[in-house]
Amino acid sequence: MALVNVFNISGSGMSAQSVRLNTVASNIANAEAASSSIDQTYRARYPVFTAISPQQQHLSFNQLLHEPQQQSEKGVMVKAIVESKAPLERRYEPDHPMANDEGYVFYPNINVVEQMTDMISASRSFQTNVEIMNTAKTMLQKVLTLGQ
Amino acid sequence: MAIGFDQALGVHPQALLLRGKRAELLADNLANSDTPGFKARDIDFKQVLNRVNEQQTGKKLPLQQTHQDHLAGLSQKQDVDLLYRIPIQPAIDGNTVDTQQEYAIYARNAMDYQSSFEFLNSKFKGLIKVIKGQ
Repeated sequence: MALVNVFNISGSGMSAQSVRLNTVASNIANAEAASSSIDQTYRARYPVFTAISPQQQHLSFNQLLHEPQQQSEKGVMVKAIVESKAPLERRYEPDHPMANDEGYVFYPNINVVEQMTDMISASRSFQTNVEIMNTAKTMLQKVLTLGQ
Repeated sequence: MAIGFDQALGVHPQALLLRGKRAELLADNLANSDTPGFKARDIDFKQVLNRVNEQQTGKKLPLQQTHQDHLAGLSQKQDVDLLYRIPIQPAIDGNTVDTQQEYAIYARNAMDYQSSFEFLNSKFKGLIKVIKGQ
């Protein structure tokens, strides 16, 4: 039953979006984590999404109508979490306790406004996946009443 | 006169399965709405259902292939094309999923699924009436 797969697909979408929300939370939480050296400073993290199955060109008739569930693994997954390569913010704050010998402090390369928009986008996508799952649930429940 | 399920139910069970499969494809599109380079896919429902119908009603006789080198014949083209959606506006990351459009199509497909189900259900109800002799 193809509709059962919808749950797996939307579930994978939901978990991918929640990873994205997690990285956003981590980025915003560390937005002001100052440090005295470039190497130790926190860098913005982003998840890289990829489709689970390579995209097919054709489906055979039998595949389309009677495909066993295992063969049609679809959905989205998080391939990796990468660190942003944007330059760190260097501020001259000689009085700061983390200042280095030259009086500079390094701040993470995080733009909080950017992170907030990313968060809204992620939560919207999450919502869409929930709605898809809900609709599929209604469809399946309807099927259970067949013949009644 | 024997009543076969295939004759009594018509094309509706296949339509229901096909709608379910399409829901899966559309859900995949929506799950990948943030995947870079992902191309939204869909099937031409009408074309696929027509082919099912042709096979079922025997309008086109299937050729039996007894050897792998035999030509398939016109009616045996068994592949269903997964078509690409044409995007309304391009995205920087090459993704062609338009969430709103995709969601609208999904909702429409769900409604069509329900109506296919109603047809199938009424067919069954009819059969039950026949069996009971009411």
